[in-house]
Amino acid sequence: MAPSISIGAVSRVLERVGRATVRGLEEVGTCAVLAGESLFWLFYGPFVGQPVRAEAVLRRMMEVGIHAIPIIAVLSAAIGAVLAMQGIISLKPLGAESRVIFGIAKGAVREFAPLITGILIAGRSGSALAARIGTMKINQELDALEVMGIRPGRFLVAPALLAMLVMVPALTIFSGLTAMYAGGLYVGIDLGISMKAYVAGLLEALNVGDVLHGFFKSIAFGILIAVIGVMNGARVEGGAEGVGQATTRAVVQAISAIIVTDMLFVLVASLTR
Amino acid sequence: MIEVKNLVAHYGSRLILKGVSLSVREGEILVIMGGSGSGKSTLLRHLMALETPTSGTIRVLGQDVARLGMRQLLALRRKMGVAFQGGALFSSMTVGDNIMLPLREHTSLDQKTMEIMARLKLEVVGLAGFEDLMPAELSGGMIKRAAFARAVVMDPRILFCDEPSAGLDPVVSSALDDLILKLRDAMDMAIVVVTHELESAFKIADRIAVLDHGEILFTGTVAELRGHPSERIQNLLNRRMEDEPIDPDEYLRRLMGEQKDRGAAA
Repeated sequence: MAPSISIGAVSRVLERVGRATVRGLEEVGTCAVLAGESLFWLFYGPFVGQPVRAEAVLRRMMEVGIHAIPIIAVLSAAIGAVLAMQGIISLKPLGAESRVIFGIAKGAVREFAPLITGILIAGRSGSALAARIGTMKINQELDALEVMGIRPGRFLVAPALLAMLVMVPALTIFSGLTAMYAGGLYVGIDLGISMKAYVAGLLEALNVGDVLHGFFKSIAFGILIAVIGVMNGARVEGGAEGVGQATTRAVVQAISAIIVTDMLFVLVASLTR
Repeated sequence: MIEVKNLVAHYGSRLILKGVSLSVREGEILVIMGGSGSGKSTLLRHLMALETPTSGTIRVLGQDVARLGMRQLLALRRKMGVAFQGGALFSSMTVGDNIMLPLREHTSLDQKTMEIMARLKLEVVGLAGFEDLMPAELSGGMIKRAAFARAVVMDPRILFCDEPSAGLDPVVSSALDDLILKLRDAMDMAIVVVTHELESAFKIADRIAVLDHGEILFTGTVAELRGHPSERIQNLLNRRMEDEPIDPDEYLRRLMGEQKDRGAAA
């Protein structure tokens, strides 16, 4: 009896792993299709009487970007100050406190600005996107769009993707500047370095590569947040509870994807240095 | 207007429609009637070209929908209007914006003209003056009326109505039936109504198609339906449950929670 039970258990585990893998691959595929479809509508839509409306894009941009400015400012300032404080603590034993500017500059621009912005927008707007599309699906609003001859990909997804593509990098730039400014304030108080000298130090530390590194990351994060949000929304089944689950999944998947992508970016950057 | 031939459809591995043939003529109200699980919603989704059939053809306004390219399908859809069961109004837009959406997306009319057209349709469905409210501020019956207004704003050739009286009290649902008749007379379009309400079906139908377990049992006028000799149809009309023969072994297996293999279940 015993061997047959263990074989049964093993095959069950294998089956579960297999199913999860297939589902994961399917979701990655769906995301890619969604991204492709949105780009298709952006460029091809105007020729078939299905243009992506500027008004819809602007509305999404307000939601994704402008309304997120206060919270991004607070978090970025906090991260900037933390970078300054931790930097000074770790450099003090070496007597190299003034080198903290280097750490703040590289840390904020290359890493923390895109990461904080990405995680925050995933939590704020990726979840909202999943909830919105999920609710529309269970209310048959997506079907209604389809039968009205309005493709949901063009009407809902493309504006959201475009808004993310513009606003996540823009917010990342804002976040980086805020973090460095807050770091500068702390450095000024603790080490007595003037803001002018601090800015000069930042400019000396940063190069174009750092800025591009942060910028490309933020674009990748924007795409990930949009397609993961939409994909989870579009897969909603089973009423309000399904919407709740999709929202949670959208946030968890988007943040995981952001962190893994971030690591891949850094890995590639390190290897090609 | 619509020709369906031998439509077979599956949901996953489950067979839902077993070779349905059906036609909708110009200017008529065809009611597709059937109980829950009869496949009527699936049939409607196929008529609206929202699903791809396993086999069979659907011709709408002379065009085989399976063979249409994206552009032609979009063009065809502009000639169809749909009033969904729950209304499916966009909750982020006012009633007026909901009704104007097809106009905004498919025409180059100016705002003023679109507003006038939307108000005109709201007058027709008896919701004049409600254009600035949000869907959440409307009652169930009003939402369905607004959905009708949106469905007909492009003056479609065919109107689909999914369970217009579901979830409404008898007075409101009877008023919706009147609205369907009025719309047909005013706009001269073919209307396909899916419902399980006998009373409503008898009131509005020019012809009735009875769908049961994925098969069309009958198509014809109300009078023909009432006088039909088939026991199965009379059972449906008189709301008698059909007793399915019980296989004791199968019954025991079900109680024990043992699954039949998937192939047999399908």
